[in-house]
Amino acid sequence: MAEAAIALEGLERRYGDRLALGGVTLTLAPGATLAVLGSNGAGKTTLLRVLATLLRPHGGATRVLGCPLPADGWRVRGRVGYLGHDPLLYRELSGRENLAYHARLHGLGPATVDERIEAVGLKRRGEDPVRDLSKGMVQRLAVARATLHDPELLLLDEPRANLDPAAADALEPLIGRTAAATRVLVSHDVGGALAEADLALGLRAGRQLFCLPAAAVDASATRELYA
Amino acid sequence: MIRTAAAVLRKDLRIEWRTKEAVPAMTLFSVTTFVLFHFGLDRDTLDGPLASGVLWVTLLLAAVIGVTRLFAAEREQGGIDAFLLAPVDRTALFVAKAAALLVYLVLLELVAVPAFAILLLGPDLFDALPELLLVLLLADLGLAAVGALVAALAAETRARELIVPLLLLPLVVPLLIGAASATAPLVSEGGAAEDLGRYLALLGGYDLVFGLIAFGVFDFLLDD
Repeated sequence: MAEAAIALEGLERRYGDRLALGGVTLTLAPGATLAVLGSNGAGKTTLLRVLATLLRPHGGATRVLGCPLPADGWRVRGRVGYLGHDPLLYRELSGRENLAYHARLHGLGPATVDERIEAVGLKRRGEDPVRDLSKGMVQRLAVARATLHDPELLLLDEPRANLDPAAADALEPLIGRTAAATRVLVSHDVGGALAEADLALGLRAGRQLFCLPAAAVDASATRELYA
Repeated sequence: MIRTAAAVLRKDLRIEWRTKEAVPAMTLFSVTTFVLFHFGLDRDTLDGPLASGVLWVTLLLAAVIGVTRLFAAEREQGGIDAFLLAPVDRTALFVAKAAALLVYLVLLELVAVPAFAILLLGPDLFDALPELLLVLLLADLGLAAVGALVAALAAETRARELIVPLLLLPLVVPLLIGAASATAPLVSEGGAAEDLGRYLALLGGYDLVFGLIAFGVFDFLLDD
């Protein structure tokens, strides 16, 4: 049996005295999609940042792509694509310059940059500074940045925010169900997230309310999350 | 590591070229300070230890502006997260930031030193220029190493504009002593730089010690 892409056993994370995540336990198979649901402040972004190795877990056992965190975090970096609230792009640089910089950090050549700019439909605006792009274009560029190195694990926080339907469709091969990666998807579009997920994690005030196959999550469970 | 550092440095210099946030502020600050000294001391010209002290204190205070801005783009635009997600040696970020600060300091001094010579300095600086350039280089290397370290320390704090001078200025006191003492005879009327070698050795030692410390601890500063 293939090793789990993500295996959490009682994951805990604090900010000072405040518990941001506690008792999160789940196993996600390679290639599967996990939908993370919960209201604002439930701990969704914290979970993504722990999985991305940007935050240390403070308790429990955390394994990502077969590597225990935080000990082997260095083996996970470069295999994860993180798309958070911030696009992680420099406003004064053009889209192409931003991607070229990230490509160099990941040891990739300029051909990858050209291919990815075209894939997100920004060929004509690729030379414009990021500060001159619309929010939707910045989000497209952020998707290109997060997927530039073809990561094995995609950590996506509201990935379709600010995207029009055509752009959302165009980005499907990179971040959608057909992307060749395990996905963790944070979204407030409960129905949409469950429709494309295999597993659903419900968080409330940092605590795990449920972790169920997505098809088994009913309306009463989601109502409790947002109550 | 060198390729990663070069990529970060190139990106930093490109952003500075476009925003013009750090270097123009540093140079304007230094020239303004020289003008203030000119009127505040009520002297047309300075020489010796006083001139050296005025020059170095001004340069160090101007450097605080550069150090404060060193991680601005990483902090405000999430660049630090993107860097931490990449499979690279994190020390490359220290090397790049120190190199960027070194470039800022050199550009600052290209304006500030001639401005100082015109506005305040009595003796002709031309004959002592090779020695002064050596002092500037050694002081800049140390300042770049300590500045990059302090900038990284302050980057995640809320009161970073306050933290940077509070941390940086005490740490550069040995550097100030070495640089000002080495420069004083160079800006004296007919002064001979007898102890120059001793002070250059002090500056070199400072560079080595603080460079190694910064190199050793920088990785831990980036950790959550």
